[in-house]
Amino acid sequence: MSHRTGASKAFLALVRRDLLLAFRRRSEMMQPLLFLLVVVSLFPLGVGPSPDLLGSIAPGVIWIAALLATVLSLDTLFRSDFEDGTLEQFAISGHPVTVIALAKIMVHWLVAGLPIVLLSPLLALWMNLPMDALDVLVITLLLGTPVLSLVGSIGGALTVSLKRGGQLLSLLVFPLYVPLLIIAANAVSAAVAGLPYSGQLGLMGAGLIAALTLAPFATAAALKLSLE
Amino acid sequence: MDQFRLHHGMDLLQAKPYHSPEFINFKCMISVSDLTLERYFEPVFQPVSFSISTGDLVLLTGDNGCGKTTLIRILAGVLAPSEGRIEWGDDGMIYVGHMLAVKDDLTVTENINFMRQFLGHSETSTAEIVERVGLRRVCEQTARTLSAGQRKRCALARLLLTDAKLWLLDEPYSNLDKHGMIMLDGILERHLRDGGACAMATHGSLRPEGFEYREIGMVSGAAS
Amino acid sequence: MNRFMLFIHKTGSPPWFYNFSGKLLPWTWGVFLVLLVAGLYLGLVKAPPDYLQGESARIMYIHVPSAYMSMMIYALMAVMGVIGLVWHVRMAEIMMISSAPIGAIFTAIALATGSLWGRPTWGTYWVWDARLTSELVLLFLYLGVIGLYAAYDEPRKAARAAALLALVGVVNLPIIHYSVTWWNTLHQPPSLTSEGSAIHPSMLVPLLIMVVAWKFFYISNLLVRTRLRLIEQDQRKRWVHHILSGADR
Repeated sequence: MSHRTGASKAFLALVRRDLLLAFRRRSEMMQPLLFLLVVVSLFPLGVGPSPDLLGSIAPGVIWIAALLATVLSLDTLFRSDFEDGTLEQFAISGHPVTVIALAKIMVHWLVAGLPIVLLSPLLALWMNLPMDALDVLVITLLLGTPVLSLVGSIGGALTVSLKRGGQLLSLLVFPLYVPLLIIAANAVSAAVAGLPYSGQLGLMGAGLIAALTLAPFATAAALKLSLE
Repeated sequence: MDQFRLHHGMDLLQAKPYHSPEFINFKCMISVSDLTLERYFEPVFQPVSFSISTGDLVLLTGDNGCGKTTLIRILAGVLAPSEGRIEWGDDGMIYVGHMLAVKDDLTVTENINFMRQFLGHSETSTAEIVERVGLRRVCEQTARTLSAGQRKRCALARLLLTDAKLWLLDEPYSNLDKHGMIMLDGILERHLRDGGACAMATHGSLRPEGFEYREIGMVSGAAS
Repeated sequence: MNRFMLFIHKTGSPPWFYNFSGKLLPWTWGVFLVLLVAGLYLGLVKAPPDYLQGESARIMYIHVPSAYMSMMIYALMAVMGVIGLVWHVRMAEIMMISSAPIGAIFTAIALATGSLWGRPTWGTYWVWDARLTSELVLLFLYLGVIGLYAAYDEPRKAARAAALLALVGVVNLPIIHYSVTWWNTLHQPPSLTSEGSAIHPSMLVPLLIMVVAWKFFYISNLLVRTRLRLIEQDQRKRWVHHILSGADR
């Protein structure tokens, strides 16, 4: 006799599988990060190398680049599982689709969001961000990149059954990213200016909790809809 | 044959043909009535009504585009019907669809192991399952390198992973070679004898041989 | 089945809706025209010019109601989206997606008039003012819903996906609004806060009339769009043949 697996075991199995798959496709996983580096390096070329100017726009530039890099990787979040039929197996497995969505979002953050956090000191250096503000930049990215993955997964799930969903995806998720961009970039700017920023970080924490509780349900609903 | 029956604790004296309604633990596994699905505000196929019980082998047949795949996806619970009722039993089901759910970047063993962890674990070891579906020689290769028939076998290996009683198979014989078909017939026969049931979509030329089955002919479009 | 669900199912029947809305339409268009003429006359001719901004402030009789409608329609879309998603009510899905272009056009009007109003007030056509920025993000949200609907082939699946997106958007809308307002107060001193001051009744009355007129425009336009979409989707159904052949005679 065999036994049905609990949802937590299924969650772990899926996380392990997705990490293995990401490792097997590591060159593909690197592309959004290279994109991030390229985009940030374009700004000094475009606006001039003046350290003061770069330093003042650094928080916004780094955050916008993080947004763009995340959206670039969102299109692949569910696509391969959708196209080879794995997603429909997940949907009828009896495990809550929310749990499956959460596992996939978590791996997405680990392979696409966390590396952005790790690369941010280099970006801060390039953009001449004052080193006092680096810790705030890292904290905002740590709090914010999971929100990018969570909210973005809704867009990824809504467009997964479309042939060319990638372009539409950015139109869907960028407006939803507006509050995060405003608050995160502002927190870093406040730190640069020596102003208090704990309020912004608190808002970002609240946003993370809200996204964590709501987004997986929306993503699960969108995934079920995409399978129909 | 008898070995199987003894092995599974069935009383030889009482043994009935496996499709007989008097079968021990006879159970209805799925029943649908007046079921159809609308796409673009037109029914995809004419309404169907049937039920599948212990020991049944049901073939969903019809021309290309008559909605076989759609119906089997409704039975699997992927799609919701537009009209009609559908009721599932509680004996579990497993679905091997047109899309095989085999990950290209994982080896055969990794694919099967993942599904084992995800769906539930059976006592049959992965090595034994690989052996039974005839993939032992290629079990450490990534699925990308497999032929279409080998990929199909890898997907069919899922059937051996759970004790789900209802199998829903979409064109299970396509791409399989002669040995593959015999292999599938073998595991299907054992499944039906063990009190399972199976619904199979097939366009007609590839049918299970040596089985008693019921056929449900499907016709596309609205009821005339 | 309770009374509410009965009502939903009755209005959810396409032939019933088609006939009923056909009878309703002349009245809603009529009320809209009367209110429009009255509102424009009172606003553009009778009301005094603003003591600070002069005649240019009269653009608010278009701008403010449009901005108001742009937000109200998005909220209504979310409500209809929930009805469509939860109870699979087809009429709610159709009305949800038929509302989207109307809302987008109101948003565009609010943006255009706001920008025209900005020229004499701020000296430039575009300032990243909190209200204008919110409207711009709202326009993107509308375009997202419309784009998602258009990208799907199957109309009902498309409507459900669009409804889900509208729902996600409506949860975000207040957050977007407050964050943009907050961002705006940080980056530039508040330039124009006429909304806070008491507005004279001679200006308030035409403004309110225009708000109601726009609502009637929305209802009329929504009914027309919904009827067209119904006929298009059900073109092979018997009730449509019945109506169309009756209209030919």
